[in-house]
Amino acid sequence: MFAVECIGVEKSFGAGQTLTRALRGVSLQVRPGELTMLVGPSGCGKTTLISAIAAMLTPDAGTIHVFGQDITRMRSHERTLFRRATVGFVFQQFNLLPALTVTENASIPLRLAGVAAAVANAKAAVLLTRLGLGDHLNRFPTDLSGGQQQRVAIARGLVHAPRLLVCDEPTASLDAENGQAAMALMRETAVQPDRTVIVVTHDDRIHHFADRIAHMADGRIVDVTENRIAA
Amino acid sequence: MGVIALRMLFGDRAKYLGLVFGVAFSTLLIAQQGGLFVGLMLRTASVIDDAQEVNIWVMDPQADYIDTVRALRDTELPRVRGVAGVDWAVPFFKTNLALKTLEGHIENAMMLGLDDASLIGATSRFLLGSLEDLRRPDAIAIDAAGYKRLWPGETPRLGRELELNDHRAVIAAITDASAAFTANIIMHAPYSRAIAYAPQGRNQLSFILARAAPGRTPDDVARAITAQTGLQALSAAAFRWKTIDFFLTHTGIPISFGTVIVLGIIVGVAVVGLTFNIFVAENIRQYGALKAMGLSDLGLVGLVLLQAAVVGMIGYGIGLGAAAGFFSFATEGELRGFYLPVWVAWTVAGMVGLIMLMATVASLRRVLVLDPAIVFRS
Repeated sequence: MFAVECIGVEKSFGAGQTLTRALRGVSLQVRPGELTMLVGPSGCGKTTLISAIAAMLTPDAGTIHVFGQDITRMRSHERTLFRRATVGFVFQQFNLLPALTVTENASIPLRLAGVAAAVANAKAAVLLTRLGLGDHLNRFPTDLSGGQQQRVAIARGLVHAPRLLVCDEPTASLDAENGQAAMALMRETAVQPDRTVIVVTHDDRIHHFADRIAHMADGRIVDVTENRIAA
Repeated sequence: MGVIALRMLFGDRAKYLGLVFGVAFSTLLIAQQGGLFVGLMLRTASVIDDAQEVNIWVMDPQADYIDTVRALRDTELPRVRGVAGVDWAVPFFKTNLALKTLEGHIENAMMLGLDDASLIGATSRFLLGSLEDLRRPDAIAIDAAGYKRLWPGETPRLGRELELNDHRAVIAAITDASAAFTANIIMHAPYSRAIAYAPQGRNQLSFILARAAPGRTPDDVARAITAQTGLQALSAAAFRWKTIDFFLTHTGIPISFGTVIVLGIIVGVAVVGLTFNIFVAENIRQYGALKAMGLSDLGLVGLVLLQAAVVGMIGYGIGLGAAAGFFSFATEGELRGFYLPVWVAWTVAGMVGLIMLMATVASLRRVLVLDPAIVFRS
């Protein structure tokens, strides 16, 4: 069984002369235990595809199965519950809440799942310590460097052990060294046999972290290359 | 998620303080003006309220309110007394007259003439002396605020003399009579002496004060008096509302106060609405991130409403406290008797709730239509 299977996915925005066909019959299979990268020029549909796979966008046509669940048939509240339980996010802009401490930020997915604050914070603290932020648990995001903030974002994406981790340009706000470190960390902690990671990126310096690379152009997958990396 | 909502709110200190200030300012404006308005309206009926043992007021059929005195013939008094259901009825005199102190200070005063025998119709609150002291020669009672106005800074004492239309009067008692609408000095004297102080006219009987016999309601007996005498008779409660209603419908007071209150609401909605909208707009990516991570629309609405509710409650508390402070510390002298009734506080709470609801509508719409994919846009 594939972790993610997209079949003939189409999505358009606007109407009439402003109609934009973002996805034109995309089919893609993502295996569990792998890190897959979506690459391609700006406007090729990467973000639209990742939004659809993460159940944040409903396609106009086609089906998307994530770990056997057809998310295209889900209602709005079912998609919300699905995201909460199954998907972890790492955003380009980190999107940390500045008023919350590092620990509180990382524990948000657990809090959304109804876990008590103390338990959620304890779990988040363990993961943050593993990611090298043990000395910064009670600091605020604005006190941290970009690389440290990205590590908090990674911890937030992983803290509830999601089966699908979706990362959008995770290295775009980092320098080369921190970008490599963040990807190494993600690869080490997120890629598990029963999970999968999808990374959207423009940064070809991190391609070597991918198991497979799906190349997109004009709303289509034009090529998928195996990228056997040294473990 | 409540803690996260509050941390987001308190974390943006400038907007949080702006929101609280907006709500507090609106609350202060509405509560202070509302309290003054209610106090002013209650002042119009203070003479009626002070005559606590009276539950029926009889007057000329054309009288609109307490201050439109059209004197009755003295013969009307026994006619009213003869109506079945009337326990007792006494004459009552009300007029305005000029007074002069021995130091030459001239003021306008309200003179209330009480039945010579029973002295019914006066306030029950006497600070110095007593009602019975009015039976002494030339004796009158004056309210404490009036005394302070005539002799500012002096400790009230009995025995001081006044001139009332060239007649000698001696202060025999000092009352705590409820403030009147026009803030005149309020004096009480026995009926026969009071009419002697006033300019002479053919008739002097301003009102007949009566009480319904035990087992009869004031309204029933008032109707019987009207039917039998042709005079206008109203229960004290009905006359009180008729007086207040006159001021509500025949003066610009409600419009004046109402305008300020509406402005308070508009300012509240504008300031709070705009600030809250900016707050939500600036945090939209954070709301989007929460939505992407699985916070439901209901949860998001709850988050925003909690933030609005907390701002509303804190702002309301500060604004109401400031209004209460105003009524506690700034209501001496001309503003005496004004206070903030509990029901006004509750009404203002409702208005603040409305302000917060109106102010958050646009923000709520913003988060409800929020596309969680916003978090993928740089």
